[in-house]
Amino acid sequence: MPAQNCEAVVLENSMQAADIYLLKAGLPAGAAAPRAGQFYMLRCWGPDEAPLLSRPISVHEYDGEKRTVSFLYQVKGRGTRRLAALEPGSALALTGPAGNGFLLEGATAVVVGGGIGTAPLLQLAKDLARAGVVTDAILGFRDEPYRVEAFRAVCRHVEVATDTGSVGHKGFVTDLLVPGHYDTVYICGPEVMMEKAARMALGAGVRTYVSKEAKMACGLGACLGCTCRTGEGAPVSVCKDGPVFEGGVFYGSGT
Amino acid sequence: MAAVPERLAAQLCGVPLATPVIGASGTYGFGGEYAGIVDMAWLGAISGKGLTLEGKAGNEGERLYETPAGLINSIGLQNPGVEHFIRRELPAMRALGPKVMANLGGSTIDTYEQGAALLDKADVDFIELNISCPNVKAGGIAYGVKADSARQVVARVRKCTAKPLIVKLSPNAENIVDMALACQEAGADGLSLVNTFQAMAIDIERRRPVFSNVFAGLSGPAIMPIALRMVYQVCAAVTVPVVGLGGIASAGDALAFIMAGAAAVQVGAANFVNPRACEDIARGMADWMERRGVESLDEIRGCAHQLS
Repeated sequence: MPAQNCEAVVLENSMQAADIYLLKAGLPAGAAAPRAGQFYMLRCWGPDEAPLLSRPISVHEYDGEKRTVSFLYQVKGRGTRRLAALEPGSALALTGPAGNGFLLEGATAVVVGGGIGTAPLLQLAKDLARAGVVTDAILGFRDEPYRVEAFRAVCRHVEVATDTGSVGHKGFVTDLLVPGHYDTVYICGPEVMMEKAARMALGAGVRTYVSKEAKMACGLGACLGCTCRTGEGAPVSVCKDGPVFEGGVFYGSGT
Repeated sequence: MAAVPERLAAQLCGVPLATPVIGASGTYGFGGEYAGIVDMAWLGAISGKGLTLEGKAGNEGERLYETPAGLINSIGLQNPGVEHFIRRELPAMRALGPKVMANLGGSTIDTYEQGAALLDKADVDFIELNISCPNVKAGGIAYGVKADSARQVVARVRKCTAKPLIVKLSPNAENIVDMALACQEAGADGLSLVNTFQAMAIDIERRRPVFSNVFAGLSGPAIMPIALRMVYQVCAAVTVPVVGLGGIASAGDALAFIMAGAAAVQVGAANFVNPRACEDIARGMADWMERRGVESLDEIRGCAHQLS
């Protein structure tokens, strides 16, 4: 289904950790339901106000009964600062759901997230659990973890790694990843982490999916601003062909 | 859904348009991307993503950079090639309803000619000749800066097609009026202006230009007043119809271009701000015309040239 425009209403917008916010919004009647791994273009400022572009943010959680969609985002610049200032009751313009979303595969799976890259993995973990897939989570943070309890509610095991050692394992998520234990590995995080985890998983012969981040102008596949080079194939649009890709598209067959 | 009012009807090179609003090349894909968002009945035409004969992978590195009132892009004419477009994209684009404008770039005059010859046999309503892309090293802007180079490529392409040929001009031309006249003399049926302004950004932490190509193209509201001035000047000088574009973000902006003399307008970066921008702008134009008792765009086209 192609992306739509809609006006959502902010229900909650709360700080989860330093610069990390969780925004829950109610979708209007008729708005399409998102799948895990899809995203929306968010805008809560006028067309003649800066920043010019809306901001692509992935679906963190979707409640089909209450028709609410949640976004977990990091305040990085002007756009996300404006989002962070939203109060309950405010209007939020959404374009989406956009992108392809995750495929649910296998009998066992692990979601591997780094920092704000954990955001799209929660709805994925929920959907996997609902589909009967035994799911673990390995979540990496610089210092202060967030939303770990939400993962615990739906995953068999949740492990946390922090760069500083403040919580859980001191080090990287890839220290904790044993890809051979799973049928499918889902990864989202900083490029360096994503590449390392994906190469480990691909090297172990495990089906691997990565969710990519990119600057976007349209979010619809029209502007070709988020084009990503692939290993061998044609260039891909992160917004339209992705943001979820098989790991081999970018990282060959592994290490 | 209210029908598109007759008062918005326009004509471009003899082709009737339901409205004067056209999705600008490079911002509208081949149209289908917006089909779930926009009521396509409000668009007069769509100018598809810029094509080259063989297709291009586009530029490496950063492709987008926001400015306070604009967007610098360095896409580099990423496209699937003319034949792929005709075979795989055109049928769906045609089915959307708006007239089809095929935007054609090239690296040499030969590739422009071959591309135009293919499009001439295809089901497109217009060929928009892009001699103004700032983001490809060969061709593109090379032909868009010097009026004599433009004259040469337009004259050669003219011989390859009987389709309405609209030449898209760069604001980086040495002299926009000389450029417009040269293209008209070389056989252009119409002109569209302006493409993006050559611009740049520097990453102060890396101490390097943001873009691999160093320079890239600025669009968005930042360029609108300059684009409007150029369209006004060109409309005063040429007899062929002019499509005005450059930072149009509202119905008011679009009406200003019509009052400067434009036959139609293209909406580009505004589609990224509001994916329904083309429809909203067309609706806003109709509302303004109705409130002011303007029955036809002809009543206001070029009116800003009457200075007394």
